[in-house]
Amino acid sequence: MSLKIGVPSKGRLMEKTFDWFGARGVTMRQSGAEREYSGEIQGVDGAELVLLSAGEIPRELSAGRIHLGVTGSDLVRDKLADWETQVAEMALLGFGHADLILAVPSAWVDVESLDDLDAAAAAFREKHGFRLRIATKYHRLVRDYLTLNGVADYQLVDSQGATEGTVKNLTAEAIADITSTGETLRANHLKILQDAVIHASQATLFAARKADWSAENRAVLGALTAKLGLPATAL
Amino acid sequence: MTITPETRAEAERLFAAFRAAGAVPVEADVLQPAEILLDLYGEDIRARAYVTQDPLRGEMVLRPDFTVPVVQAHMQDGAEPARYCYMGEVFRKQDHLGPRASEYLQVGFEVFDRDAVAADAEVFALFSELVQGLGLRPLIGDIGILLAAIEGLTTTARRKAALRRHVWRPRRFRALLDRFTGRAALPPARAALLDRLKSNDLKGLLDDAGPQIGLRSEAEVAARAQALLEDAETAPIAAPEAALMYDLIGLAAPADAALHHLRGIQPLMPTISGAVDRFEARLAALRARGIDTATLPFEASHGRSTLEYYDGFVFSFQGLDADAPPVASGGRYDALTAILGQGRSIPAVGGILRPALLAALKGV
Repeated sequence: MSLKIGVPSKGRLMEKTFDWFGARGVTMRQSGAEREYSGEIQGVDGAELVLLSAGEIPRELSAGRIHLGVTGSDLVRDKLADWETQVAEMALLGFGHADLILAVPSAWVDVESLDDLDAAAAAFREKHGFRLRIATKYHRLVRDYLTLNGVADYQLVDSQGATEGTVKNLTAEAIADITSTGETLRANHLKILQDAVIHASQATLFAARKADWSAENRAVLGALTAKLGLPATAL
Repeated sequence: MTITPETRAEAERLFAAFRAAGAVPVEADVLQPAEILLDLYGEDIRARAYVTQDPLRGEMVLRPDFTVPVVQAHMQDGAEPARYCYMGEVFRKQDHLGPRASEYLQVGFEVFDRDAVAADAEVFALFSELVQGLGLRPLIGDIGILLAAIEGLTTTARRKAALRRHVWRPRRFRALLDRFTGRAALPPARAALLDRLKSNDLKGLLDDAGPQIGLRSEAEVAARAQALLEDAETAPIAAPEAALMYDLIGLAAPADAALHHLRGIQPLMPTISGAVDRFEARLAALRARGIDTATLPFEASHGRSTLEYYDGFVFSFQGLDADAPPVASGGRYDALTAILGQGRSIPAVGGILRPALLAALKGV
């Protein structure tokens, strides 16, 4: 069995990942037709390229079905309980930067910080009879962050896409989402809370602790990390 | 997690003891309507509840504990005073890998009785007897004393409400107290916000801020902006009073010594007298039941971070492993029953034991 490396299967994340490995002498490319989800890897023996949805890579790492994987650090932290016990961070790849932030309507001139959000949530619950709703798909990260900071009287509502639209659509009062430039937020009349960057995410190379680390696979990992110029990975 | 025969036997022993103490067994559905439970409980249980969708009944939750179903059963047809017991699995998602079970047996005992002091002592003494000889550390507290102390602070109703609301979130409570007493500077974001509110006309700010979207109305925004401006003019809580409050939240001593200490600060904090009287009466009732209050540990902040919804007497029995959940815990939850009773107050105290932990202790 070879060492499987999971890489996002499309878009800029895939291209940038290929560039990052390519710059270090490991060539990755899609094989066959452009839309076919299989790939080739050259420059290190015994490794196999697996193209996957970036959102599924944390789960595959957790299960140990792939040995290494590239995905956003936000996804790993959000989807894996005690992520450090499940995966090892091998390298921050320096692209795919995005911040997980909290945003509220710009019209809320009384809310600039977490403190304000907490107080507004208390008043909102009293007035409307239910907890202030925060739409997000990053449940674990947002909940842990709000718990740590002692925010109360809120509830998380799930939103898997177009989260910026939930406030206007009256399905949430605030949102927690990934943003890089903030343009979509502004277009939807939302503003970012000042002291509330929940996580600064970037594309990261992870190793799965639970994968089959046979002597053979460890040797491949050793050769790969040497080629990539990374320190040895403690698994 | 499979329930072992030892755990089952332990649960039966506790359940029988509760029945022998006069409790009526109560059954509760495993699937409970999510809305009422999730609205009442604090964030911790909320986040850890298994929520599922039922095609006919809507959003349901695997019962995270028995308290709400027992209170509801009592309100439907309960006479007072009443004692109830129950035994069954509860379900809580665990967010960390480790030994904590996401499904485990609870055996519980709840007392609905207007004589609160007697009921507190009865529950604690019974639990104490059921876990004796296992080397567990008992610990009691009283959230009611903290709430009474907050009431007595020389500050605005708004600041008291903010402190009361965060009693169960110690870190936040501390940050607020630090700010209200002038120990901590205003966070920069708040200072900038106040500057903006002070130097601009509110209507102008609102007009410039963009369209009003979402359920929170412009009137709500304006009301809070006004409240912020008023709050900014509030004088800090005076240093001696602040020192007393810090002293109180840090108070940890054997129960009798804690009472002595509280009596000492009571003249300076008159609003706590009623709560301290109740504390004294409770200690006397505990002694009458054979509990040594000269050595029983008391912490004023006990139960603030773990026992959400308790608002009076609280207690726990902890094993040697401080990271493990307590073997038994409980307390008074009058506010919760007042909400469920829709105006009817039903003073209630109770607690649960974890038979799996007891069985493990006995197996060693």
